[in-house]
Amino acid sequence: MTTNKSSNIAKAPRKLSLKENYALMTRDLGWQPSYQSVDKIFPHDHFEGIKIHNWEGWEDPFRLTMDAYWKYQGEKERKLYAIIDAFQQNNGQFNVTDARYINTLKLFLTGVSPLEYAAHRGFAIAGRAFRGVGPRVACQMQAIDELRHVQTQIHTISHYNKFFNGLHDFKHMHDRVWYLSVPKSYFDDAMSAGPFEFITAISFSFEYVLTNLLFMPFMSGAAFNGDMATVTFGFSAQSDESRHMTLGLEVVKFILEQDPDNVPIVQKWLDKWFWRGYRLLTLVAMMMDYMLPKRVMSWAEAWEIYFEQNGGSLFRDLERYGIRMPKYHEVATKEKNRLSHEAWATFYNYTAATDFHTWVPSSQEMNWLSEKYPETFDRYYRPRFEFWRERQQQGKRFYNPTLPMLCQTCQIPMIFTEPDDPTKICYRETEYRGEKFHFCSDGCKDIFCDEPEKYVQAWLPVHQIYQGNCFLPDADPTAPGFNPLAEVLRYYNLNVGHDNGDYADSPDRRNWEQWTGRPGAPVEEEEVGKAA
Amino acid sequence: MSVIAAVPDYRGEMLDRQEKFHGKQLLYIGWEDHLMYCAPLCIPVDPQTPFGALPKEIIPNLYAEHPDVGLIDWDKVQWFRSGQPFDPDFAASVLDNGLGHKAIVRFRTPGLAGIQGSCS
Repeated sequence: MTTNKSSNIAKAPRKLSLKENYALMTRDLGWQPSYQSVDKIFPHDHFEGIKIHNWEGWEDPFRLTMDAYWKYQGEKERKLYAIIDAFQQNNGQFNVTDARYINTLKLFLTGVSPLEYAAHRGFAIAGRAFRGVGPRVACQMQAIDELRHVQTQIHTISHYNKFFNGLHDFKHMHDRVWYLSVPKSYFDDAMSAGPFEFITAISFSFEYVLTNLLFMPFMSGAAFNGDMATVTFGFSAQSDESRHMTLGLEVVKFILEQDPDNVPIVQKWLDKWFWRGYRLLTLVAMMMDYMLPKRVMSWAEAWEIYFEQNGGSLFRDLERYGIRMPKYHEVATKEKNRLSHEAWATFYNYTAATDFHTWVPSSQEMNWLSEKYPETFDRYYRPRFEFWRERQQQGKRFYNPTLPMLCQTCQIPMIFTEPDDPTKICYRETEYRGEKFHFCSDGCKDIFCDEPEKYVQAWLPVHQIYQGNCFLPDADPTAPGFNPLAEVLRYYNLNVGHDNGDYADSPDRRNWEQWTGRPGAPVEEEEVGKAA
Repeated sequence: MSVIAAVPDYRGEMLDRQEKFHGKQLLYIGWEDHLMYCAPLCIPVDPQTPFGALPKEIIPNLYAEHPDVGLIDWDKVQWFRSGQPFDPDFAASVLDNGLGHKAIVRFRTPGLAGIQGSCS
């Protein structure tokens, strides 16, 4: 035995350095085909008009080899699941601020986690499409990361599902529930584009430019509100995210450096995906300002730091490639003092059909909003919330029973107001193939008009409901007493009276108060006064 | 080019053509300066519905919970079709008033500016 072993060692090839190992894994796999043309093997990497002269010009930001990757990720997984175990054993779910907080997790699990899975699919598809080996491997690595992210999120949040409502069928809901068509269609749009647009949209616009406004608010919100389980999956994903962000910047620089003709194409994608991403962030804005019992910062403050300052300097760096700030960034900045209020009011209107609860902010919370939004909150939004509170106290909680008009591109109800007037809905329309199409903004209208054949296919939940496509097979719209709303909620697999409606009288709140002996929402000052 | 696609002459399916709505058309309705109902509403209507049914029944029902709805002076209401002011013929159908499938009709109620004048 001893002899054999030592002779094996003597014969074993020298261990490769990381650099050599990486070079063999990437460049050495790029063999030349002998009986098929390269164009036929990679038919999808040139129809978008992007010209690549030298695929070797791709500089991988992280020279990560397979064995190193498995080792790092394995360590992260072990830590993550150890913490989740401890969280479960200690009933960590009852250490959050109050049960209103759980609604941010419902929003995250149904709205964001399925996008991690979509990203996994998208990067796998993009990886197959590129003839260059470097980008192919980078996409493959990211595809595996994204699959890991969605798994860790499902594991973490499945624990909350044992105690709170609305978390039981996130995948089914992501494909059906009206507001979830917003994140879903965002990713479907990217995935059904060519590989260069996909990677520019997701790696650069989403992960590089906007991630500080998407992922981080949820994670810092979790930390502020005592949700250590979510913080843990956030940390576990964070090291991957920084790798993805670096990849995003590299992708865009690589494309821009290859040919001057690529510059206007990339600029068009940056304009489009900035606007698509920004519209998606509407959900984050309302989460930050309305759904966190303990606020981290206001949406307007986050926008100033992460977009106006950081984004501004990023785009100044890209000027040398001929790239300018994305179109309509100034509209987004004008909207920063109203976005979250318009969004929360919308979910308040339609919470009969959501998998999470909404509520009127407490008096203290409204004061916080007045302080953070001195120009807008008291003038435009406080009267609305106080009226709703009054109605609710009379036992007449306001629900909007009629479906809203949607934007054809972002699929959000037409709630956004004119860039220079927060009292006027922003209406834009165009005609294509003899039919009218409506938009919430110039940004969304431009995207449609550039590729109408794509967006005439939008699966708009409101129109689908009216076409009769959102009922289960056993529903009979001709039966006497047919209740379309109830049937749509059944199709969504919403547990009516548990998952939806106002938080005030929800089972989640009742259970929280019974199980923890703590209030489910801030005690109003006037109530404290009465009690004394 | 109407779409950047991997195949030539790619055409998408128009998902919301009128014939998919079982004899009805979609009509969008927006109340100016009243954003408590957070967005314009979308309803299916018979294209032959007389325009007069909008002020008489349809709009008051849609906005029933709004404190201003009972205060509307319908004689003073200003109507807009795709954003342009127009004088509707109340006896004629919505279709004959130029409001076909997926048209948007907006109305302004002078003197009413929502809850405490906040345009809510």
